[in-house]
Amino acid sequence: MDTLIAQLQKQFRDYTISLYHQGFLDDQFTELKKMQDEFSPDFVAELVTLFFEDCEKLISNMARALDQTGNVDFKLVGSSVHQLKGSSSSVGAKRVKGLCVVFKECCDSQNYEGCVRCLQQVDVEYKSLKAKLQDLFNLEQQIVQAGGRIPQVDI
Amino acid sequence: MATKSKGNMEKTESIETKKKLNVLIVDDDPLNLKLHERIIKMIGGISQTAKNGEEAVILHRDGGASFDLILMDKEMPERDGVSTTKKLREMKVKSMIVGVTSLADQEEERRAFMEAGLNHCLAKPLTKAKILPLINHLIDA
Repeated sequence: MDTLIAQLQKQFRDYTISLYHQGFLDDQFTELKKMQDEFSPDFVAELVTLFFEDCEKLISNMARALDQTGNVDFKLVGSSVHQLKGSSSSVGAKRVKGLCVVFKECCDSQNYEGCVRCLQQVDVEYKSLKAKLQDLFNLEQQIVQAGGRIPQVDI
Repeated sequence: MATKSKGNMEKTESIETKKKLNVLIVDDDPLNLKLHERIIKMIGGISQTAKNGEEAVILHRDGGASFDLILMDKEMPERDGVSTTKKLREMKVKSMIVGVTSLADQEEERRAFMEAGLNHCLAKPLTKAKILPLINHLIDA
């Protein structure tokens, strides 16, 4: 059992580090982990759940606005991008935040093709992050179920 | 997305404000509300939330609410942070009001927010490290 726990802990450490090195997460995610304790053990998972709900809602709003070909309200799209940038910044979703910066520039310059491209990229990116964080949380669960402690990972 | 991990977490360090604060968090984003509530709890405060500026004004008008600190988001529907801050100051609300802005906000936008009656402004994302020294400084002032 100790070997299993050690293996899972190593997997968790390596996976966490890879998420930072590949630019999926930044320091803000580390800050969120520090806010989690035995009295709020699901704080990070709950927060990222709210983030992904935000993503779905805002991406849907942007898609609807961009669908109005020839009559796109770029201010409306930009407002949704601004909100998404704020949310992604709050959870440490580094790649999503970076895409929002480019997306906002496209909105400000009323670059329709650029906006459509950015929307597609944001959609892909948040779904990718969602899958990776689910894998991370699953690993945490496996460690706990095996009787181990979730290791602190220094980035 | 959920996890059932329980236990096995180290207790978070609790460094608190010099005085136990009663805080109103005004923000339309449930994510920020949850995050800021957690930060306030970690620094030893208790919090209440309002989903937009209009709710914050109603709380003060109808309930005669009194808070030590108000964390005020800038961009909100119905009544934004600038308008809410102005209104609360007109209502003689004496709470510390700290504006929470986006890094993308222009300098003149931030200035207009301060001039509405803020004690200070902080950029998102808020962290315990950002807010604790500011609150203690404002308590001392």
